[in-house]
Amino acid sequence: MLENYLPIFFFILVGIATGVGPVLIGFILSPHRPDKEKNSQYECGFEAFDDSHMKFDVRFYLVAILFIIFDLEIAFLFPWGVVFKSLGWFGFWSMMIFLTILVIGFAYEWKKGALEWE
Amino acid sequence: MVQFIFYLFATVLIFAAVRVITVKNPVHAALHLVLAFFSMAAIWLLLEAEFLAIALVLVYVGAVMVLFLFVVMMLDINVATVSEGFTRYLSSGFLVGLLILLEMVAVVGSHHFGLKAMPAPTPMAADAVVNTVLLGNVLYTEYVYPFELAAIILLVAMVAAIALVMRPKRWSKYVKPEDQVVVKAQDRLTMVKMTAEKES
Amino acid sequence: MFLESVLIFAKIIAVVAPLMIAVAYYTYAERKLIGYVQIRIGPNRVGPRGWLQPIADALKLMFKEIILPTKANRYLFIIAPMLSIAPALAAWAVIPFADGWVVADINAGLLYLLAMTSLGVYGVIIAGWASNSKYALLGALRSAAQIVAYEIAMGFALVGVLMAAGSLNLSAIVHAQATGYGFLGWYWVPLFPLFLIYFISGVAETNRAPFDVAEGESEIVAGFHVEYSGMLFAVFFLAEYANMILIAALTTLMFMGGWLSPFQGTGLEAYFAWMPQIFWFFAKMTLFLLLFLWFRATFPRYRYDQIMRLGWKVFIPLTIVWLVVLGVMILTHLSPWFASTAG
Repeated sequence: MLENYLPIFFFILVGIATGVGPVLIGFILSPHRPDKEKNSQYECGFEAFDDSHMKFDVRFYLVAILFIIFDLEIAFLFPWGVVFKSLGWFGFWSMMIFLTILVIGFAYEWKKGALEWE
Repeated sequence: MVQFIFYLFATVLIFAAVRVITVKNPVHAALHLVLAFFSMAAIWLLLEAEFLAIALVLVYVGAVMVLFLFVVMMLDINVATVSEGFTRYLSSGFLVGLLILLEMVAVVGSHHFGLKAMPAPTPMAADAVVNTVLLGNVLYTEYVYPFELAAIILLVAMVAAIALVMRPKRWSKYVKPEDQVVVKAQDRLTMVKMTAEKES
Repeated sequence: MFLESVLIFAKIIAVVAPLMIAVAYYTYAERKLIGYVQIRIGPNRVGPRGWLQPIADALKLMFKEIILPTKANRYLFIIAPMLSIAPALAAWAVIPFADGWVVADINAGLLYLLAMTSLGVYGVIIAGWASNSKYALLGALRSAAQIVAYEIAMGFALVGVLMAAGSLNLSAIVHAQATGYGFLGWYWVPLFPLFLIYFISGVAETNRAPFDVAEGESEIVAGFHVEYSGMLFAVFFLAEYANMILIAALTTLMFMGGWLSPFQGTGLEAYFAWMPQIFWFFAKMTLFLLLFLWFRATFPRYRYDQIMRLGWKVFIPLTIVWLVVLGVMILTHLSPWFASTAG
């Protein structure tokens, strides 16, 4: 099994190299003439009023937490999907109970307005 | 060859783990944690745990660390306030660390997890039964009860997240997208037939 | 061992090099096609009919200054584009172009793909944060929340495919679609809602129009890559297009029978037997790639709350319902797709 993963390891290395290579070429070939205005961050012609790292709406964190939960659910669904045909109806119902419990949670967050954006 | 790969990833793992607790910038720390998870996944792969290794990348790197980065980046943590009081807590921190280390050695020591108790897995053939299948065969039949318990735990997590984060309705005005979708041209625009008027 | 490694590297180059050329000419196709849609002629100056335009663009980008903003976090600023291209390319390792033409034939192929696509979000978040610019941060935040929402729908759609095929291996998934009923035997028929959801989520995942709020020019200039220039920008660009081509390839493999001939099992099969398998694969992929461009030329940009609603309130419930329906279809051995009982 491990020998199948060797190409993947190499592929990731090639992927990184494809990222590093062009950037290196860019650094070598391109001119380098820094200047105060050019290197300041992009704004609409004004000086920036404050630091750009500001506090954000807490809903973005909520989305991230819900994403983790659903991602775990998918991780549970994957092995089930593979063996689904051989498990038959028993496997079907055990997953249905699992899904029902999670759909209750999903309905709750829907009702609470956690999925609303305005 | 396998040993060489193991030591390569183990070194990266230890390096990354040390960096997580030594770098000043919290974002750098989070990224080193990502690197640590990656090397961990590679080591699990060496143990023939194909499904678990990729699931580690999927769940921890792809989801949990994204949340960590969100929090660390957007909370605007001041590095100076985080590192102050380092010497004050050093002694108690050291003590707790030592205790945890001793407990870990007692529980996970070579007595239970050495090569004798847990021999290295024999390399599987490329076309052997996938361990995702093996896992699936027992998880949804033999271990169906813990499996449903996992669903309950996820439900609790979901409810808790909403309870902690949701605030009362805000007062900004907005139009619901579902109402906008069902709107038809007739609702907005009426064509009125009129006779032409002439200015006298 | 050494010879083996060289062979693997040769295979990888044989995938990556054409991919880069495909990206270059995909940008040309995009400009031409959108040009024609808007009754313009598009690029036509460099080379005959503008054929050398992508090469000219690449050369120009090489000689452009790479600006490192003073307030930016330099290391992360430079690393971010690499973090976005490495997973975009690494995902190609498990794509079979024809029967047996695959770099890494691993059993957990689908899971690996989901893991790799979930890493794409790092490049965006880190670029947005490291630039230390308001527009970049806003763009990163928007696109991270959006990618995350659509990834769940995508994951559920993948579960549907692997339920139907009973395997995580992409070649096995294609083989399972050879039911002998030509193009009606592929999974897009029984999995039709999942097929639509997968492709639309793919468009949203790659931040393409009409879901391109992350770089909405009129709102937040260019989103997470405002501060990027020269080759650093080019790498982001490569990653985005490589991801689009990847989504097209995956949709082809999982729902449109991959390299299978659309006439397989019908009377016309013999007439088209001389066509190589890879031809069908590329033909179907091109179809989806053109759809990406057509979407961009046709639809106005979605508003952010509409995007989030579509992802969470429409796609996720729909996929869950369809997984249940699919489970019943499989267990009742609905012919012709699930006629065999082999698990």
